[in-house]
Amino acid sequence: MKFSRRTTILGGAALAAGSAAPAHAQLTIDMTRPNFEPVPIAIVDFSGDRLGADIAGVIRNDLQNSGLFRSISPSSFIQRDVDANAAPRFADWRGVGAAGLVVGQIQQSGGNIKVDFRLWDVVVGQQATGLSFNSQPSNWRRLAHIIADAIYKRVTGEEGYFDTRVAYVSETGPLSARVKRIAIMDQDGANNRYITDGRTIALTPRFSPTLQEIVYMAYAEDRSPPRVYLQNVDSGRRELLGNFPGMSFAPRFSPDGTKVVMSISAEGQSDIYEMDVRGRALRRLTNTPAIDTSPCYSNDGSQIVFNSDRGGTQQLYVMPAGGGGERRISFGEGRYATPVWSPRGDFIAFTKITGGSFGIGVMRTDGSGERMLANGFLVEGPTWAPNGRVLMFFRQQPNSGGRAGSVTLNQIDITGRFERPVPTPTDASDPAWSPLIPQ
Amino acid sequence: MSMIKAFAAVAAMIVMAACSSNEQQAAAPATTTVTPGSVADFRQNVGDRVFFDTDMSNIREDGRQTLNRQAEWLKKYTNYPITIEGHCDERGTREYNLALGERRANAARQYLIAQGIPAARVKTISYGKERPDPVGSDEAAWARNRRAVTALE
Repeated sequence: MKFSRRTTILGGAALAAGSAAPAHAQLTIDMTRPNFEPVPIAIVDFSGDRLGADIAGVIRNDLQNSGLFRSISPSSFIQRDVDANAAPRFADWRGVGAAGLVVGQIQQSGGNIKVDFRLWDVVVGQQATGLSFNSQPSNWRRLAHIIADAIYKRVTGEEGYFDTRVAYVSETGPLSARVKRIAIMDQDGANNRYITDGRTIALTPRFSPTLQEIVYMAYAEDRSPPRVYLQNVDSGRRELLGNFPGMSFAPRFSPDGTKVVMSISAEGQSDIYEMDVRGRALRRLTNTPAIDTSPCYSNDGSQIVFNSDRGGTQQLYVMPAGGGGERRISFGEGRYATPVWSPRGDFIAFTKITGGSFGIGVMRTDGSGERMLANGFLVEGPTWAPNGRVLMFFRQQPNSGGRAGSVTLNQIDITGRFERPVPTPTDASDPAWSPLIPQ
Repeated sequence: MSMIKAFAAVAAMIVMAACSSNEQQAAAPATTTVTPGSVADFRQNVGDRVFFDTDMSNIREDGRQTLNRQAEWLKKYTNYPITIEGHCDERGTREYNLALGERRANAARQYLIAQGIPAARVKTISYGKERPDPVGSDEAAWARNRRAVTALE
């Protein structure tokens, strides 16, 4: 996939705003401030090709789902003759309550398409940003996500996360014989496809930094212990990551993709090991009679956070990536599990089990400043969007009458204000959010 | 007052005993039809599973009795390879429960080995919380799900 000529379009007709803008409508948002209002934004169908309406639809959906924007219904638009190359009639857009206006056009060139877009700051009457892309028409969804990321970045000051994918466990059938397959989809639920065939249980998928490979754990067709596999996403070719006598599980790539950290169990003891992906050299990082599992590298690869019951209950520990010097960082009431280090390095997200309920929370990397974001009968397995400002996890409802409760993927921002279900074709658990797709 | 309490407690114990003997009787008719030494014989007359307390992997007294019966039977019928499945209830995280299931399966395995079953004959596999039996989200279902099942295969 190639996106050539990603160029900035300079503001053409930057007009001075004639009238004072309402105080509440601004084209910037500070996510760290409590009680901010979503930015009202109008996104016009791109002109020049029938893909234009589809692209605008994907952008609206991305921005609306972030919780930071409110997409204004196109049926209320006043100006119907917007020219993508000229300044809009700002008064018309203020009239529908927009702070931002997105316009774009598509031009055919050979077999490719050229897509330009501009974000207008309606409040001050100026262009806020503009970009131009050349690509194949089949890439239109990714183009839409890349444009949505550019708008998100201009308005929030944070990197976007819409041009990403999610790997997860698709669950079908009765719980006594549940089929669990690895699936990958776009962040918005589009382009869902299955990576394993469902003949055996496959769990805990995680992306390599380039998205070209995933690691996961799968059972064998005989009664041999489940093990960790490395699979090329496009070719489907898979290989066992080390053939140990015991179970290997809970794999995760290092940020540079050269290593995989995982647990290996023997005689009821589970320890953490690091494997070099290319040479397959194995290095033991922990050695206690306890359960040491769910390891995750820090964003710079220098440390590993994991959970262990060595102190009597499940708690979070941090150690240097080479092992040794483990120190406990969680001290609250309850059991702590599935720690994941934020890609921007400021927080660790975790699952917490207190009494009869589960929660998803974040703490600083030294364990201080714990905040719970979501709670429920069973919520588990947070994973970070690449900008470190949004999490995905799974939420399971109680089983009843011998029937399985629903299991869904949910998304929440780190203020805990916006939680929403992420659409999947089947019940779904164990999400793993990818980095931004390389362009 | 305390006499009445004591009486009530005894009465409760009698009721509980009656319940468990009813369970025995429910299984009893099958004993006449299953072939001694068959998988059905093992499941119905010996008991193929032992149960654990929350987040624990030590073998309880009721489990010891079941595993003693298993060891006796397995020494008599030596043709079966043995895989012990470790399972957990749904009240833990997936990865931790895989490890906890392994720990439970290993505890049952070590117990059978101590009773004289050759170590090479007994394998283990953990299913964590992935294969609940029974399906349910209450204390009774969770207590049955925290189990190690001796499978003759």
